[in-house]
Amino acid sequence: MSDLNALAAETPTRPPAAPSGKSRSLAADAWHDLRRSKIFWAALAIIVVVLLMAIWPSLFTSADPHDCVLSRQHKGASGGAIFGYDFQGCDVYAKTVYGARYSIVVGVFSVLIAGVIGLTVGLSAGYFGGWLDALLSRFVDVMLGVPFLLGAIVLGKRLSADPGNSNGVLAVTLTLGILGWTTAARVLRSSVITAKNQDYVAAARMLGAGSGRLIFRHILPNAMAPYIVVLTILLGINIASEATLSFLGVGLKGDAVSWGISISEATGYVRVAPGPLIWPSVFLAATVLAFIMLGDAVRDAFDPKLR
Amino acid sequence: MFRFIVRRLLQMVLTFFGATFVVYALMFAVQDDPIQALVGERPITDSQRAALTERYHLNESFFKQYWYYVKGLLTGDLGTSLTGRKISDMLAGAWPVTLRLTLLAIIMAATIAIVAGVISGIRRGSLFDNATLFGTLIVLAMPIVVLAPLAQLIFGIKLGWFPPTAGKNATLYELLLPAAVLASLVVATELRVTRASVAENLRADYVRTARAKGLTRNRVIGVHVLRNSLIPVITLIGVDIGALMSGAIVTEKVFNIPGVGFNLFRGIRTEDGPLVVGFVSVLVIVFLVVNLLVDLLYAVLDPRIRYE
Amino acid sequence: MTGVTDIKAQIDALPGLDPRAPLLHVEDLHVEFRTRDGVAKAVNGAGFHLSAGETLALLGESGCGKSVTAQAVMGILDTPPAHITGGRVLYRGVDLLRLAEEDRRKVRANRIAMIFQDALSALNPVYSVGFQLAELFRKQRGLSRKDAKQRAIESLDQVRIPAARQRIDDYPHQFSGGMRQRVMIAMALALDPEVLIADEPTTALDVTVQAQIMGLLAELQHQRTMGLILITHDMGVVADVADRISVMYAGKVVEEAPVYDIYAHPAHPYTQALLASIPRLDLKGQQLNVIRGLPPALTDIPSGCAFHPRCGYAREICRQEQPPAYRIAPHRESRCHFIREVLGV
Repeated sequence: MSDLNALAAETPTRPPAAPSGKSRSLAADAWHDLRRSKIFWAALAIIVVVLLMAIWPSLFTSADPHDCVLSRQHKGASGGAIFGYDFQGCDVYAKTVYGARYSIVVGVFSVLIAGVIGLTVGLSAGYFGGWLDALLSRFVDVMLGVPFLLGAIVLGKRLSADPGNSNGVLAVTLTLGILGWTTAARVLRSSVITAKNQDYVAAARMLGAGSGRLIFRHILPNAMAPYIVVLTILLGINIASEATLSFLGVGLKGDAVSWGISISEATGYVRVAPGPLIWPSVFLAATVLAFIMLGDAVRDAFDPKLR
Repeated sequence: MFRFIVRRLLQMVLTFFGATFVVYALMFAVQDDPIQALVGERPITDSQRAALTERYHLNESFFKQYWYYVKGLLTGDLGTSLTGRKISDMLAGAWPVTLRLTLLAIIMAATIAIVAGVISGIRRGSLFDNATLFGTLIVLAMPIVVLAPLAQLIFGIKLGWFPPTAGKNATLYELLLPAAVLASLVVATELRVTRASVAENLRADYVRTARAKGLTRNRVIGVHVLRNSLIPVITLIGVDIGALMSGAIVTEKVFNIPGVGFNLFRGIRTEDGPLVVGFVSVLVIVFLVVNLLVDLLYAVLDPRIRYE
Repeated sequence: MTGVTDIKAQIDALPGLDPRAPLLHVEDLHVEFRTRDGVAKAVNGAGFHLSAGETLALLGESGCGKSVTAQAVMGILDTPPAHITGGRVLYRGVDLLRLAEEDRRKVRANRIAMIFQDALSALNPVYSVGFQLAELFRKQRGLSRKDAKQRAIESLDQVRIPAARQRIDDYPHQFSGGMRQRVMIAMALALDPEVLIADEPTTALDVTVQAQIMGLLAELQHQRTMGLILITHDMGVVADVADRISVMYAGKVVEEAPVYDIYAHPAHPYTQALLASIPRLDLKGQQLNVIRGLPPALTDIPSGCAFHPRCGYAREICRQEQPPAYRIAPHRESRCHFIREVLGV
């Protein structure tokens, strides 16, 4: 590249001769940028609040989301029910708070599943290459051939037909986990291939390091950062997907409290009472936004090209 | 170029079989009672059971069943829905409005994404750029199940600027609001990709050369930078058609548009297994074909790909 | 239509232009880059001159400011982050830095042209070579598509690209490295400029191709009595081709001399050290000479003479005062307080 870009990009943090220069590692640089990012802190704040709601809903409301009395249908805000009541007479605020738990649980566990599958597939394809890579990549192609929501609907319907799945949590979590690993696997595969080709890996191999050691000590630590970013964003996407599936009736059901279900139920009565639609929507959007912003902020902090 | 096309076609065929197999397997594999899965939680008589077993060749091996299914797909026989209507007829009836909706959405998304993305890419760090980035982030994170009902509430009902629903023969104006909602699914990523691509290309060496040739700024950006920058976006737009087909389900449901997505949704609700599988399979095929066309388009736009 | 005479007439009509004035004269140029982490002073008072038919080599390590100087002359620096904070770039008496962009643009490619190091990235990958060449004729000279294409083919012929007519529609990536560089040269010379700036034209090429390209440049220059500025860090390449050499360090020209004098009697410690560090066969078995230390960060240039931390002749005065350009002979200058010692007189 031209002198220009080298000059504009390479300033005191790099050259060792400069007296004020401190040489920082990429991670330290990234943290430095991250700390200054307002988006990062805003996202983190929202996530903390939502997590608290999920773990200790009683911290936020003493009402019971299942305590629904029809006579209270569409009543406005009163007492502890600051968002009013929905068409069944349930406390909208309570349902919204308790909905956080289901969303977080489904989100976190589905991402864990997707993360493990993606890690296995991406690492194997990237590290071993050859026919294994070709096979796995074709497999990923096939999976990506089915648009996500369509596959989720079909799989979700299938899994929810299973008895013993009363509130749909397991079905939805599995669905999202099984269908969500593809992009993450591709990203990891890319990172692994890049890391594998670095000189320090060749050096380690020459010094006698076996595959296991190479993978865990040299390749994975460098490939993990973008992977974690993808998984964070996937968390946000999965929470949104759960809501979508629940909205369509192939997600959570029964006595589960889901923002998606709340929204779906509220659309029918929106002319009469917009509240039950608006509040779960706001919480859902904020949560999804927070995770995506967090992933974005971390990615930007780690990307040397954006400096 | 020829080899490239052949290779992609083969890939597509492989993916086609793979994807339809996955859809089929998801619905029908390893079940205690496949017939029950087909009809959902409805009770079923013995004669119906016998008829279904006959129809779906359930006495035969799984792979044979799949083979019958694929044969049916390829010959246009998608079977019959549990309501008795032929699925291919239902599809033919629902398709036109979905097509119009999707095309409108794509055009809206692409136009906004490219125009705003190019401006943002050129003026990085400006007020416009930051505002756009922030806006896209919000839109990106907003799930369609939030956006669609809210948009309908605010613009359709409260403000009354647009009709809150659209019928089968809806006019362009009536489709505007649902198309905008649908476009929101993809406009954010398209914009960001355009922006990043333009920003990256502006720093490219060939831009320096173009300027050294004494070309005007307009030509440097309009001819040299743009052509390179748009390549990733155009391909993304093609891929997004697949995403839009998925999003159409929610949008059509919310706005009551009797298109493919709406019927699919109703099929899910009524647990009409054959309908769901049939419609989803066709959507998958369309998605794959579109992706193939996009790849070919990529080769047309980027000469470096043609000679691989 | 009236393209050629039009542009040439317009340039000749620029106020202050004197056809008898020196072709190119850069005076006390200052360029800085303002970034988040500080201000990098890339060019600090660089200056040189060039006459028709001459070859001047701008020599120096990476980051010494030679490319930035060239791009400032061409007017293609990205502003921001670059800012030209002082100096004059006189083309036949006209200060290019004070010209309106509109006029500046006309001078580019028509009078002063530039070629770059990596031809693969310097050429637009999605347009054919013919398109990129013809563009010059169409936009700067107003030729029709057909005529422009014809001229493009002729340009390729001039740089000895075989089968030019067939290859005109090929893309950059379909050419070999050496051929691509020829295409760039063709592009630069298409409008018959009076000055050609070649920024490391052969660094990315292998040795045999290097020789071919340098030979081609020399021949074309001779044919057209063009002024050639050769930017490089390779002293071997320079010896054959250059008439004069300007050695740059930390954004300044520290020594300027005819080529023979530089090699035989360097008058600046830096030049001396550079020459001493060239590996030679008769030094086989001995340790290589290096210049100790590293080039300074441009955000933090040492006070006084920028080279003093690494200089074997350095004394107190070097740290305090920047040496002015001492004139040793006509066309020979050096910025050092201790020239006599360096020259050994």
